[in-house]
Amino acid sequence: MWKSIGWRATLIAVLTAASIVLVLPSMTDILPSAWMEKSPKIHLGLDLQGGVFLRLAVEIDKAIENTNMRYADDARAILREKGIPVLAMAKDGISGFSLTLPPGEFADRALRTLKEEAGTIDYTLGPVTSSGAAIRGGMTENEVKAIRANAVSQAVETIRNRIDQFGVREPQIVAEGEDRIVVQLPGVKDQQRAIELIGKTALLEFKLVDEGASVEEALKGNLPDDDQLLYEKNVDPQNGRVNRRPIVVKKRAVLTGESIKTARVNFQSQRGGAYVGISFDNRGAQIFDRVTAENVKRRLAIVLDDTVYSAPVIQERISGGEAQITGSFTPEEASDLAIVLRAGSLPAPVKIIQNVSVGPSLGRDSIQKGIRAAMIGAALVVGFMLFYYRFAGVIADVALIFNILYLLAGMSLLEATLTLPGIAGIILAIGMAVDSNVLIFERIREELRSKKTVRASIDAGYDKAFWTVVDSHVTTLITAMILFQFGTGPIKGFAVTLSMGVAINLFTALVCTKVVFDYLNARRPMQALSI
Amino acid sequence: MFEIIKNTSIDFMQLKKYAFFFSGAVVAFGLFAVFQIFSGRANLGIDLAGGTSLQVRFEQQVQMDQVRKVVTAGGFPEASLQSVPEENIYIIKVSAKGEEEKMVGEKVVGLLRQGFPSNPQTVESIAEIGPAIGKKLRTDALFALAVSATAIILYLAWRFEFKFGVAAALATFHDVIMLVAIFYLLGREMDLLFITALLTIGGYSLTDTVVVFDRIRENIRLRKRNTFSETINLSVNEVLSRTVITSLTTFMACMALLLFGGIVLKDFSLALALGIIIGTYSSVFVASPIVAIWRGEKMVQVKR
Repeated sequence: MWKSIGWRATLIAVLTAASIVLVLPSMTDILPSAWMEKSPKIHLGLDLQGGVFLRLAVEIDKAIENTNMRYADDARAILREKGIPVLAMAKDGISGFSLTLPPGEFADRALRTLKEEAGTIDYTLGPVTSSGAAIRGGMTENEVKAIRANAVSQAVETIRNRIDQFGVREPQIVAEGEDRIVVQLPGVKDQQRAIELIGKTALLEFKLVDEGASVEEALKGNLPDDDQLLYEKNVDPQNGRVNRRPIVVKKRAVLTGESIKTARVNFQSQRGGAYVGISFDNRGAQIFDRVTAENVKRRLAIVLDDTVYSAPVIQERISGGEAQITGSFTPEEASDLAIVLRAGSLPAPVKIIQNVSVGPSLGRDSIQKGIRAAMIGAALVVGFMLFYYRFAGVIADVALIFNILYLLAGMSLLEATLTLPGIAGIILAIGMAVDSNVLIFERIREELRSKKTVRASIDAGYDKAFWTVVDSHVTTLITAMILFQFGTGPIKGFAVTLSMGVAINLFTALVCTKVVFDYLNARRPMQALSI
Repeated sequence: MFEIIKNTSIDFMQLKKYAFFFSGAVVAFGLFAVFQIFSGRANLGIDLAGGTSLQVRFEQQVQMDQVRKVVTAGGFPEASLQSVPEENIYIIKVSAKGEEEKMVGEKVVGLLRQGFPSNPQTVESIAEIGPAIGKKLRTDALFALAVSATAIILYLAWRFEFKFGVAAALATFHDVIMLVAIFYLLGREMDLLFITALLTIGGYSLTDTVVVFDRIRENIRLRKRNTFSETINLSVNEVLSRTVITSLTTFMACMALLLFGGIVLKDFSLALALGIIIGTYSSVFVASPIVAIWRGEKMVQVKR
């Protein structure tokens, strides 16, 4: 008997000591730093520490379409350079386009030229009629597949770069399924700004302004084929009003954000406004040099996501590979713009399909209320057990405290995430924890009534209630595990605390309490039991 | 020895017809509520229906109808408002109608900032759920309910004989449906946390049922009574105190959560607390009588 008691008591002592070592770092920060750093900790969910949860849908079809339209524009430009007129250009599905040529001997020459100069596209010649000929261009299946496969991982990479530069501790950015991305930013304070930073496509383009085109005509819808109508956004610094001015630019970008080597925020000393200075890579610098040389005294529009930020006049050839993006920026806006330019553009636009943001104050409030509810709940349960089962109740209460301690230790060990529903799970587990002891104690009372000795009653009570306790726990465990499988973040937290609490309860209620009774009986057989 | 319930000898089997009538009526209404939910005529949370929910704390006191006026004038007459007056907190919800995207958090915040310029607000939380995600969460929730029901029946069928398993499963179904009926009747919001409460109650209400069934099985083996009804009556009376006390301790914990846990968990803990009461009732008045009716009065041994 003693041997068995000693063995069980040692196990409990070791578990308890280990639990205290595991739990302390999550509770206080006055411990030696080596202990604090090495020990696994309970993480707080976004609902408790505040933060942003975003689910984004990457519009991959848009990425394919954009690439496709670029190819179409290129093809037309190539043909025009060779003196082959193109009457019309149209989209054909998301990964194909068609060019209409005038009648005559153009068709064969055009096809040959395109095949030579634009290798990655499949070109086929449609029927040649008296009214003209059509050439169909289509992206290869492999290229479409590659875009599909890479769009999400590229977007994840880009968003990670942006977030890293924005400065968030322990961000989580993962792809989900075929076209989704989940972003979690714990503890981020300026939430709206972070969301905007992530959602921006940030496609930067330099486009020449078409000085010959009339803005009035363009507003009516009469636009030359290779022009487009954009708006220049201006914020009045006095009253914060946004002005939008139409401007006609060439569709074809002379340079894009891909050529940017680095970008940083600068301040104009006299006006105090912020602007973003960019420097191009070698190839970009060469192109910029040529374009500025060819277009002195004309305007160059700086376009981000189809909005013109500024359209300065090129005063002289710019050879250093340096440029400035001015506009009416606040310092934060300029800093965010520099971040997205450094991190690069997203391969496709993203749409926010789920946004859960919790402010830090609500998180703190939730923790306080959760802890208070847990304390009160535990006090009620502990008080009731003392009142109803007297001495046996004391044993059950001590077991309950061990139960909570082991639960917190288990969560630390697994580095589990504690959420607000998770706190509810702990409170519920406290209520359920004493159930096992109630079942056992009621059984012992029954045995005592049938005039058995105290010791025999205790043994019979534990023995006969065992399967009832197990059965009643298993069903709760089953549902908790299913919740864990299907639940979203906060609810997963509930499933974790509830299932661990209930599972640990089997040990504390059946083993921990029994060893106390066994010890008391082994010392001197009990004559009476306060239960 | 302190006892709340001393040796009782209530004739539960005599009461079963009243219980069946009551439960039958509530379950019928619950099924109607389920039908209403699926036809989109229930108060579904935005995490299941899609939409926007935001919690705003005003610095000074503000009247509900003032907030309503500002939100309505801003183009959201269908928004639902909920308030915690003593903390000047408002929860504003705009659900998505149909497939329409309703990511309007920033817009509503802007309306409040303009509408109450002299009463600064802190946005404590924003949740925006697109219809696609709402749909996914909805199917996930239904799937979870189906899987857990199946798993519980399989476990019970393995641990008890088939008829006990089915009776326990029916009682669990009864508990869950009754909870839906009450929430529908009260017009309370049904969200993911409510589904979580349903699943939890589904698991927990079996605790009491298992306690009663274990005792019935034991008493059949010991042949303490001659008929099955009498055996059930004896068993239920014998374990009545522990059935009530186990529920009571868990109920106390839920009440602490309901009263002190804050607004986010309020409906969740209400569902749990109600579910515990319903689960206790059903293990006595629903599960056992079903077994009695199905098995007849023969005292056949129950397999273990």
